[in-house]
Order: sequence, then structure tokens, then C-alpha cells
Amino acid sequence: MSILDSKTPEGPLADKWTNYKNQINLVNPANKRNIDVIVVGTGLAGGSAAATLAELGYNVKAYCYQDSPRRAHSIAAQGGINAAKNYQGDGDSTYRLFYDTVKGGDYRSRESNVYRLAEVSANIIDQCVAQGVPFARDYGGLLDNRSFGGVLVSRTFYAKGQTGQQLLLGAYSAMNRQIARGKIEMFNRHEMLDVVKVDGKARGIIARNLITGEIERHSAHAVVIASGGYGNVYYLSTNAMGSNATAAWKIHKKGAFFANPCYTQIHPTCIPRSGDYQSKLTLMSESLRNDGRIWVPKKMEDVLAIREGKLKPTEISEEDRDYYLERRYPAFGNLVPRDVASRAAKERCDAGYGVNKTGEAVYLDFKSAIQRYGEEQAKLHHIHNASQEKITELGAAIVKAKYGNLFQMYEKIVDQDPYKTPMMIYPATHYTMGGVWVDYNLMTTVPGLYCIGEANFSDHGANRLGASALMQGLADGYFVLPYTIGDYLAHEIRTGKISTETPEFIAAEKEVKDKIDFFINNKGQHSVDYYHKKLGKIMWDKVGMARNRKGLTEAMSEIKALREDFWKNVKVPGNANEMNPELEKAGRVADFLELGELFAKDALNREESCGGHFREESVELDGEQKGEAKRNDQEYAYVSAWEYKGEPGDAVLHKEELEFKDIELKQRSYK
Amino acid sequence: MNLTLKIWRQKDGTSKGKMVSYKVSEISEHMSFLEMMDVLNEQLVNSGEEPVAFDHDCREGICGMCSMQINGEPHGPDRGVTTCQLHMRMFKDGDTITIEPFRAKAFPVIKDLVVDRTSFDRIQQAGGFISVNTSGNTQDANSLPIAKQAADEAMDAATCIGCGACVAACKNASAMLFVGAKVSQYALLPQGQVEATQRVLNMVEQMDNEGFGNCTNTGACEIECPKGISLENIARMNREYLKASL
Amino acid sequence: MGILTSSIARKVAMALSGLFLVFFLGQHFVINLTSVIAPDTFNSWSHFMGTNGLVQGLLQPVLIFGVIFHFVMGFVLELRNRNARAVNYVSYKGSANSSWASRNMIISGLVILAFLGLHFYDFWVPEIVYKYIESNPEDATRYFPEVVHKFESPIRVGIYVIAFVLLAFHLWHGFSSSLQSIGFNNMYSRALKGFTKFYAIAIPLGFIFIALYHHFNQLSH
Repeated sequence: MSILDSKTPEGPLADKWTNYKNQINLVNPANKRNIDVIVVGTGLAGGSAAATLAELGYNVKAYCYQDSPRRAHSIAAQGGINAAKNYQGDGDSTYRLFYDTVKGGDYRSRESNVYRLAEVSANIIDQCVAQGVPFARDYGGLLDNRSFGGVLVSRTFYAKGQTGQQLLLGAYSAMNRQIARGKIEMFNRHEMLDVVKVDGKARGIIARNLITGEIERHSAHAVVIASGGYGNVYYLSTNAMGSNATAAWKIHKKGAFFANPCYTQIHPTCIPRSGDYQSKLTLMSESLRNDGRIWVPKKMEDVLAIREGKLKPTEISEEDRDYYLERRYPAFGNLVPRDVASRAAKERCDAGYGVNKTGEAVYLDFKSAIQRYGEEQAKLHHIHNASQEKITELGAAIVKAKYGNLFQMYEKIVDQDPYKTPMMIYPATHYTMGGVWVDYNLMTTVPGLYCIGEANFSDHGANRLGASALMQGLADGYFVLPYTIGDYLAHEIRTGKISTETPEFIAAEKEVKDKIDFFINNKGQHSVDYYHKKLGKIMWDKVGMARNRKGLTEAMSEIKALREDFWKNVKVPGNANEMNPELEKAGRVADFLELGELFAKDALNREESCGGHFREESVELDGEQKGEAKRNDQEYAYVSAWEYKGEPGDAVLHKEELEFKDIELKQRSYK
Repeated sequence: MNLTLKIWRQKDGTSKGKMVSYKVSEISEHMSFLEMMDVLNEQLVNSGEEPVAFDHDCREGICGMCSMQINGEPHGPDRGVTTCQLHMRMFKDGDTITIEPFRAKAFPVIKDLVVDRTSFDRIQQAGGFISVNTSGNTQDANSLPIAKQAADEAMDAATCIGCGACVAACKNASAMLFVGAKVSQYALLPQGQVEATQRVLNMVEQMDNEGFGNCTNTGACEIECPKGISLENIARMNREYLKASL
Repeated sequence: MGILTSSIARKVAMALSGLFLVFFLGQHFVINLTSVIAPDTFNSWSHFMGTNGLVQGLLQPVLIFGVIFHFVMGFVLELRNRNARAVNYVSYKGSANSSWASRNMIISGLVILAFLGLHFYDFWVPEIVYKYIESNPEDATRYFPEVVHKFESPIRVGIYVIAFVLLAFHLWHGFSSSLQSIGFNNMYSRALKGFTKFYAIAIPLGFIFIALYHHFNQLSH
């Protein structure tokens, strides 16, 4: 028996959550007033949790490193949010959403959690509409849906290409209401630098005021980490510049197990890199694959001519184009899940068919969608014998209405008009399915310490489907954590105010201060970014879209060596007691340098291909699926939960065996 | 290309600031403006100077964190973009670029180009929400049909990213486009009607208390807004305010 | 309370007083225009305006109040607005996003205010003195010769022309701006906007024409 207890309730899958809610302990409203909860991060998960906990009556202290909770990176999510509403009558149901999510995650997620997620998904839409989130509607005034990769129904709700923004502003408005009531105390421009444990329980945090540089102690009866993912370990990713793993990593070092760090999503539709100065990659919503067709030229001479600028993509005839996703996956075509689409792009580019100067780009073409919509519009408006220009104009207007802001963004960045010439795209690191291990209550292995949203590992298995991150963040924050945390806090009603003058707080604060002083006083030669870029290169080259034993072993030792050099030679200008962005980065990169090694170690341990984790040693050798990823359910149907032991390389593996009672494990086929 | 940058440097909120000139070279036209700033900062770090502090985060034009007044315009000379999406192809070799923080009494400078925009948060806290608790038992989302046009207009207003370019561009440092957008989003939706009166009164009062200037309809905010928020939202707020007052 | 100090209430008040003055201006122009077309009509209308109890007792004070309110509120708002930016930009490129007229209402307004001083000195003060202080008898034919006489001086005519150019700038922004301020911004107001721009040019141009007409007409005699 593993020391990991998922605390999954007994009973049939569909009844677990309801029965569980009926049985857990509750806290009397009068007692809630005496209980403090810390929430770190104000994205969809943290923001919604903070607002809901405050509504319930707890005293919430919320923290974000940005200047306002509204700027958390959930805001950048474009495409949409899934919910099993079945408004389109296309056969959707809670079970089907559950099934798609488990299958999409390549059977590496916990059944009970995913079912609960699917169950509360419909509530999220109701809640958000009640808050005034302006979802897209059809002409009858009802909510509109679109389709996303890896599924066969339309269950994605959206607000133009800014769904994350609108949902986050909804959660932010709910927070504002509680801030105005005094139930949330908001700490903007604060960064959590450590968690404080008293008698084994999480009792507070050490945070740095990013304006004054002051190190502050904050106490609470429970601590909730909602600090997002660790995609920036790759340096270049679609994450925000400030997105970091520090909160998650610090709690890992204080006893929270870290699960499946190697499960990372490389998103297929991002704007390709243009040079070494690049600071981040820009995602183009997956929804574009509803209407865009992905291709590269069939002939190598065309590829070369394009790279030299002698040939335009629009000049290549249909028969000379390789619509490789439609060719390889006829059932799902351009709407295969993200991991499959990304690997297919890499395969073509590795074979030499990449269409830009770096050889790392494929086309996403809207020409046939514009044509199709144009013809449809001409019919609708009774325009007979419409000219080709008219059809293109009508079609482009529809495409503009659907994706206008994305097209504009592309044009501003690349300086090409995607209505006229195909977009160029390439995969980029986007989301991390791995994260802090949590049980059914979303509690980590440290009592009183919770982890929600992207920061935890729970619901997406080895690969996340499109429009599911927003769903999970809000499900955790609005509808799961506020219940489950009550079960723990019910035992805290007699605890009373928690002092920050205890030896534990003093020691944690000293540790934080010592590290900051080290950075300020270390007169090294290299900037923080120098190390971050180097780490990113190791990660992308050896722990990227395809991984093998040799590369992973090398990555582990290279990261370790880089980390040692970092601690000798890093240079941080300025002082500790002032706003100092370089100092902030130094702390974050220090944590990435540790996390990266554990990441590689986890990838090395998992000798199977599943979801976003592709091991070159584990592929199908023959049959219809030849060359596709090969999962190994006999040996690897478990969650890898790592326990910190002083060095990332020494981390100890604990396995949570995954049981699938309601779903049969099958090979994931999108053929 | 080679550029001269004139940048506002200010140690902290209480110090006096001044413009300082820097030179950067080998800037690619494909770089974003902030990547150009990264080059400058790397240069400063390597030469032992303090890098220029500036706000930025998502670098894809949606978080609203980046906030620079570039050559006298918020987010620079391009239209429909934030500073992070502004590309160096908008400039030419040998240019001198003036970079200042967004200026308003309600946006005090924290350091260099970083300003404090929490006044926007406080305006939202005064009423920028619909009072609905999280219960999971709110009515079904489709039981309240909303005309597509109203939903679309509400969405247009809701795309505001709260960057403050409207305030920075306005000769009066007025925040009416920001407040107008938020008031409009809820005014256009049936969910927002119950609290409409108190919302607009409270938000406008808070806006005035923060020390923003008054709107004189120059329209600069609309032109400079990276999300193209329309002046109609200010007119709608004026209407809502009059309705609420009378 | 809020209604007196709130930014929106003040700008609505500014807009309403402005719209009132725009209306008055149109009325004033129509009467003046008759001085070019039909001096007799001009005399009789002027006589009516100058002697009717309702006009003199009610409309005149309202107009004076409107003018004073408009410029006092203009100053109050300008001061607050200047105050809203404690440190000014080193480089501020207003021309990139707004019209000169919209950014300099205080300048055009001040010029118009100065002109109003002259205008009062020229017409209103003598009129009051004539009617109420010296208590001269009514004379329904004196108005036209008085107007013509005033436009004899080329300097005065020059000042008139400059003031009305600035008035055009003031109206160019002010008229449509006041519609926006009172919340009127939709497809109808966009159609109306063309009219406000026409009005902003046509009315001052008309006043200039009248001044020049009388000036040059005298020269030729």
C-alpha cells in the first residue's frame, strides 16, 4: 500500500461527489468569521476560490505578483470553456465529457476527479452568465457553442477569442465585491516565497512586497496555492513573463509531493519563433483549427523555393500540398488533440518540410473556409453568379467575425495578412498537466495545504483537451475547494488566531531573507536571463516534444551543472529593499533550475509514450497505428508523485495506482 | 537598427525623476518593443547598472500590464496594439524614442516606468460587479435569452484590458472610457439591471475621488485604446448616470 | 450633493449651457442677416427684441446667466483637469489622436470671452444706457445705422473676424461634444454630427460676412 491516499469516496462514480458533499463536515457561519484562508494566485482557480470562500464567510487573504488580480495569465486563454450542457442536442452528457477528458488525457488521470469535473461543468456556465460574462450568443439569444480538438460534439462556450479574459473578469468582479465588503484582503504586487508549517500543518506564508522589498509574514488556518503552471521552465512558452513555479516548488520542498512533472502540453498553433531575442511565444487559439487546414508542401523543391522567397504558398497547387493531419487522421482531421497535432508538425519539420527560414513552421490555411463561408453567404443573400472576389469578401467577413482579433494579432506580430496568405504556426510549450499532487479534496500531502487549478496535477492526465483548463480552474475554485476545505477547517474552529511570532515563522523568514541577500551580494558575471535561456534550451532540445533515455540522462546532469554555475555566477543588480525585477526573476529561475531536473527525471522514469510525454523508445512498430505513441498500461498506469529529499535528483518516487472502473483502457485512436 | 532611447528614470515614488539617454544597437525590426527593452536591460545589467523597471507580463496584448508612453502616445505610434505588441518595424534606424510612464495624478509612479493603477481596482470595487453568490443553483444559463446585438455590444465593452492608455492619452487624465466600458457592459445585459442605479453612481463617485480629470470628448482615448473601446460607452455611461440621478 | 460636484453632472451642465448658447447664436445670426437683406426688417426685429418685456425681463437674464455659467464652469473644469496630471509629459503628441479644436477649448473660449467684452461694450452697454439710464424715447429706426456705424473701423472688423474664426473652432468641437456629453451618441447623432460641423463653419462665416459687408459697403459710398 502506497503512502498516498487519494481519499476517493466509495460508491458508484456518478454518485460519489453528491454523497461525499452530503457527508463532509461543515463550518457554522459564526465560526467561519474566525477562520483565515490564504489564497496564492488570482487566476481563474485562485480568483474564484477567493471570492467563493469570502462569500461563505471566511476571512480571505489573496496574493498576486501582478499589479491587479485581473492580470493573472488565465486572462490570455482564448478559445473557450467546455461544459456538458448539451445545448446543441448533439448527444453530449456528463459521462461523455468525462469520457473524452479521460481518453484525451491518455488514461493517466484519476477517474473520480474527472467525473466530478464534468459534473460541475454545467454549473460554471450558469454561474458565469449570472455574473454577466458576455458569452457569444446566436440570433435567438441563446448561448452559442463551438467544437474543439479531440471531441465529436460542440460543447465549448466562448466569448470571441477572449474567453479566458471574460471568465477571469467575472471571477475578478466577484472578488471585487468581497474586497469592498472587507472579506478579502488583497495583496497586489506580492510574491509568496515560502510556506510556513506549524506542527506539520500549513499555517501561513512568507511573502515579499514587490514595491518596497519588505519581507512579510502572513498566517492563516489553511493555505491554498493557485499559482498556475511551470511552462516557463522552457524559457520560451506561451505563459506570461512572470508565470513561475516558485509557490508550487516551495511547497514541494516543504513536503508536498510533486506529480507527473513530465506531462507538458506543447500547443500546436503558436506563432513561430523569429529570432534569438524572442522573449515569449504567442498562442493562436486552437479554435482556428475548426476552419483552418494544416499543410506543408509535398515537394522539397517547393519548400526550398518558399524559404528563399521565390515562391508564395498561395502559388502551390492543391495536389502539391500535403494536408498531413487529414491524411494521417481521417476521422478527426485537423481537430486531433493537441499532442497529436504537435508531434505531427514536428515530424514534418524534422523531415525537412518546415516552411520558414528556421525550418520550424507549417501552414494553417483559411482559404477553403473563406470559400465555403463565402458561397454559403452568397446563397443566403440571394446573390446569384457571385464573382470570386465577392465570395472571398463575404467569406472573409465571416472568418473575421469568428477570429478577427486573432488574425489582427497575427498580422501585428508577423506583418503578413492571414486573410490572403496562410498563417505560419509551430508548436510551443503551453500548459503543464503535471503539478502538485492532491487528493480528492484537492489537499496536498501537507495537511491544510491545498493546490488548485493548473498548479495541481489532478484532472488532465497526460494531455489536456482544448477548453478544459478554464473548466478545471473554475470548477476547483467555485465548486470543489469551497466544499472540501470546509471538511478540514471544521476541525480548526477552536484554533484561534495564528501568531506569526512563532519560531517556525521566524525561521522561514530568515531562510527567505538569506537567499535574497545572497543574490544581492553575489557579484557574478551572468544575468538571470542568461541562465534561464540556457535551461530553456536544454529542456526544449532534450525534454521537449520527443524524449529518449540518452537525452534525458544528459539533461539531468546538464541542468544540475547549470544550477551549480548559477549559484556561483549569477549577477543581480540593485538592492533587496526596493522594487527589483531582476531579483524577482533570480528567485524564480533558481526554482526552475531545480524543477527542470525533476522534470527530466520523471520523464526518464516513464518509459512509455502517453499524451504529451512521447518516448522515442515506445512507439507502435506495425499495424494501422505504426509510428504512433505506444502506452504501457501494465507498468505505467500510475501517477508519479515525487517526494523532495534535498536534491531534485534524489527525489523519491511514490506511485498512486490508477484504477479505471468505468472506462475501458483503449489505445487512443484518432484515425 | 541603432536607436537612441530617452527614458524616464525615477528611483521610487518619493524621489524626483529625470530623462536619461541610452543607446541600443543591432535592433531587429521583427522585435517587439519590449524585446528591445530587454536588450537594453541586458546591456545595463552586464555593465553593472540598474535595469529600467517596466510593467509587462503576458506579452500578447491581453493582460493590460504594459504601460509606456512612447513618443508622446500610450503604447506608441501603432494602433490597436499594446506596448508588448508594438513592433520595431514602426521605427527607423537612427530614431530617438522618448519613453515615459503613463502620467496621471491617479497613477503615481512607483519606479521608472512602473505606475500604480490600483485606482482602477478601487473603481471596480465600488460597483463593477453583479451581486450573485456562487451556489451552483443559479438559473440555467439559457433561461435568460439575450439578444445577440446586446450580447455583442456588451462583449465589445468588456474587452477593456484596464491598461490605462485612455487616461494616459487624455489631456485631462480622465478615466471615463474605462469606467464607461464597465458600466456599459452591465447596462447592456439584463443581469446588470437590478443594481444599475447604484452601480453607476458609486463607480463615478469613486472615479472622481481618485482624482481623474473630466472628459472633454477629445476622443484621444478611443484612438489610443489598444482594444478599440468606443466613445459610445462614455455616452452610455452619461445616460445611465442621468437616469440614475433623476 | 453628488449632482453638484460629480464630473458627469458638471459636464452635462456644460453641454446644456453650450447647446443653449448654440441655439441663441443661431437666432442672433438670423436677425443680423436681415441687416444685409432688409434693413427695415432688421430694425423692426431689433426693436422687438429690445423692447419686449419677456425678452428683456426673462430671456436676457437667462442668456447672461448662461454665458457666465458656461465660462465659469469652463474654468472650474479646466482647473480640475489640469490638476489631474501632476507631472507633465516631456513628449505629448496630442495631434496624433485628437483635433486642435478639441484640445484647446479654453483658448478659443477665452478669445470668445474677450470678444464678448468688446461686444457688450459696443452694443449692449450703449443700449442699456440709451434705454434705461438716459431713458431716451423709443426709436424703431435707429438700429440699422448703429450697426453700420460700428463696422466702420477696420480694426474692429479685424477683431470680429478673428473672434469668429475662434468661435468656429469652439463650435467645431463643442457642438457635437455637447451631444456626446448628454449621452446622445448613436446612429442618429452620427447623422447629426455632419450638421454640427456645418453649423460650426457656416454660422461664424455668416457673421464674418455680415461684418465685412457692412464695412466694405461703407467704403464704397
